[in-house]
Amino acid sequence: MKATFRIQRFDPTKDKKPYYREYQVELDPTDRVLDGLNQIKWYQDGSLTFRRSCAHGVCGSDAMRINGANGLACKVLMRDVGEKVTIEPILGLPVIKDLIVDMEPFFAQYRSVMPYLVNDEVPPDGRERIQSIEERERFDDTTKCILCAACTTACPSFWANDQFVGPAAIVNAHRFIFDSRDRAARERLDILNSKTGVWRCRTIYNCTVACPREIQITKAIGEVKQAILYGETTS
Amino acid sequence: MNHVHNFDAIVVGGGGAGLMAALHLTRGGAKAAVLTKLYPSRSHTGAAQGGIGAALGNLEEDHPEWHAFDTVKGSDYLGDQDAIEIMCNDAPEVILELEHMGLPFSRTEDGRIAQRRFGGHSHHFGEGPVRRSCYAADRTGHMILQTLYQQCIKNNVTFFDEYQVVDVIFSEGRCAGVVAYRIQTGEIHIFRAKAVIFTTGGHGRIFAVTSNAHAFTGDGPAMLFRRGIPLEDMEFYQFHPTGIAKLGILITEGVRGEGGVLRNHDGERFMERYAPTMKDLASRDVVSRAIYMEIREGRGINGNRWVHLDATHLGREVVETKLPDITDFCRTYLGIDPAVDPIPVAPTAHYAMGGIPTDVDGRVVIDDWKTIVPGLYAAGECACVSVHGANRLGTNSLLDLVVFGRRAGRHMAEFCKQADLAPLPADAADATRETFDRLFSGEGSETPAQIREELQTVMMDHVGVFREQAGLELAVEKVRELKERYTRIRVQDQSRVFNTDVLEAWELGNLLDVAEVTAVSALNRTESRGAHSREDYPKRNDEEWLKHTLAYRTEDGGIELRYKPVIITKFEPKERVY
Repeated sequence: MKATFRIQRFDPTKDKKPYYREYQVELDPTDRVLDGLNQIKWYQDGSLTFRRSCAHGVCGSDAMRINGANGLACKVLMRDVGEKVTIEPILGLPVIKDLIVDMEPFFAQYRSVMPYLVNDEVPPDGRERIQSIEERERFDDTTKCILCAACTTACPSFWANDQFVGPAAIVNAHRFIFDSRDRAARERLDILNSKTGVWRCRTIYNCTVACPREIQITKAIGEVKQAILYGETTS
Repeated sequence: MNHVHNFDAIVVGGGGAGLMAALHLTRGGAKAAVLTKLYPSRSHTGAAQGGIGAALGNLEEDHPEWHAFDTVKGSDYLGDQDAIEIMCNDAPEVILELEHMGLPFSRTEDGRIAQRRFGGHSHHFGEGPVRRSCYAADRTGHMILQTLYQQCIKNNVTFFDEYQVVDVIFSEGRCAGVVAYRIQTGEIHIFRAKAVIFTTGGHGRIFAVTSNAHAFTGDGPAMLFRRGIPLEDMEFYQFHPTGIAKLGILITEGVRGEGGVLRNHDGERFMERYAPTMKDLASRDVVSRAIYMEIREGRGINGNRWVHLDATHLGREVVETKLPDITDFCRTYLGIDPAVDPIPVAPTAHYAMGGIPTDVDGRVVIDDWKTIVPGLYAAGECACVSVHGANRLGTNSLLDLVVFGRRAGRHMAEFCKQADLAPLPADAADATRETFDRLFSGEGSETPAQIREELQTVMMDHVGVFREQAGLELAVEKVRELKERYTRIRVQDQSRVFNTDVLEAWELGNLLDVAEVTAVSALNRTESRGAHSREDYPKRNDEEWLKHTLAYRTEDGGIELRYKPVIITKFEPKERVY
């Protein structure tokens, strides 16, 4: 298929504001959007700039707006976007160049929710901590996060106020709050009960739709809200 | 103007080996920083799927000694047995360390770490498959990477994200630090350190079809090679039997570990002919060759260059709960449901057994006399300890990076206590500046993408699963032609802000260097061993070739090959049958 890519471009060393440029590429319907971007970069315009690494949806580098919807360029196929595709950077983070945004504010929010296991007790027999299949299942969904920022940058509450910790950080807090081995659920819930925490979520579900890992994000945020209100964490 | 930073230790690369080293450096009291060209969570460790091997014996009897035997046999007796014993003995403890850090392993009925079968792993020294692979569904690497990154945040490890390390600094016979290109600004930064560890991963991008990330361009090995450090056993490159046909995306061996089987066009479970005992769970080199033979003899699916991986008899429950990411990949990229449809697969370039030679504490060793360069370390896929020899077993790569990342980190922390900073040469960044000036100002007609494509094609065709003299000679010649053309490339993007055009051009230089070493080492080794399969020399030849290759760069830019002996402790070489 002959595809037309309309791509938002911006180089701060020479452009005052972003503009769009069009490219024609010959692709197969089963090619990834990323394949199209690579074809353009490699054989037409080397200055086109985007992040990418694994190219199969597990590293989280290439989140971008594809025909207006957040997704990973390596996980969206051409047959699903058609012959005309518009590519723009994800929203709500400062654009550095072309499709590259500054990820630092996003990672700062991630770090703010204590995204690590807290438990200093040594297991009695020096072996692994015992965790039942059911206890492990309780937080399975939120372990899948690859920190691509597709969810947070699809969230209108985040667009309105970038101090909002955002869905991705809440997902990563959820992953520990509901882990039977963790001992810091209360501290995380206090962090998320603040003015920039979970209550800025208005249950719009954009995050859930945007997640390339199909994490039930709105559900996870709801569980965190419940835990703040009713105090139950590991069930 | 140079930006100069001082640390006790620098970790180059933010994957599993690097983060494990950084954690243990920090715990050991060293002031350490991780430099990565990506963000740590983007590292390719996260793409590992099936599991990490350790003789925990949670589901059936198992012993580190059995694990060591399987690893030695898997290596086709080229692995160094002292290092293999250390790895297999450390394995249970390091798995527990990961669990205590919070790694969400899948669990057994009684709440212990779940384990499953994997290729080449056996009980009683080869009698039959054993459940040794500890796993977290089919995203074990993702969980390891996330867990280690989380712990680094907890322990306040310093990160320099999106800094491309481009050179290593030596002074007075010691490692004095590294030179880095800050991607966002194009600035050159110098990082002085008492100790530096390279954990830069693999170089699968020298091949046309690979499971490897775009980022896997052999940066660490190439940088050190250009500075006079040898590369060990580079001819041994693993092709994973089951990549998605044409795309190369990895389909974990865990599919076969859970009971999936390979079938040819006739529906025959052909591995029964090639490996009567282990069948579909024979080691990867054996299975990849079998698939190539089936395709060559016309038994690919509908005459195509792939066979089927059949998991349809496992039931939806097993497929969806134990292999959820595989299910997702099949749906996304093939439009099929693996619980109902067989998966079209073919071998994909996957893992470098060779790399920067190290001892069991990660110290870089530059000859066969155990000579080290003080302060220089390497671990993970870019290193060659050598625990994988001529062929790596599944689950041993994740194990390698946590075991030797940890050992190196600990050793470095001790080293830093007694070492001081080596003096910084005045011209430390000059070579880097020249390199980038040359890349930016090149006005030739060659494009990096065209050279890279030709390189990947010739390596895939002639330095792949099967090799022979004429093809290897052709490949060496072609790579040298491409290196010459590389001096005439042009970089289009002249911006100093986030210039991935110039970085891809720089990475291409690394691909060319490691590809040349790979092809030259393969041409010289006139035997078949593990992943190095010579059609003109089909037998293993222990008398002449039970030895490691060391490739050095000569002053005129050529390659000199030397050799060093294999360390054998318990297991005498014998014929390898699965």
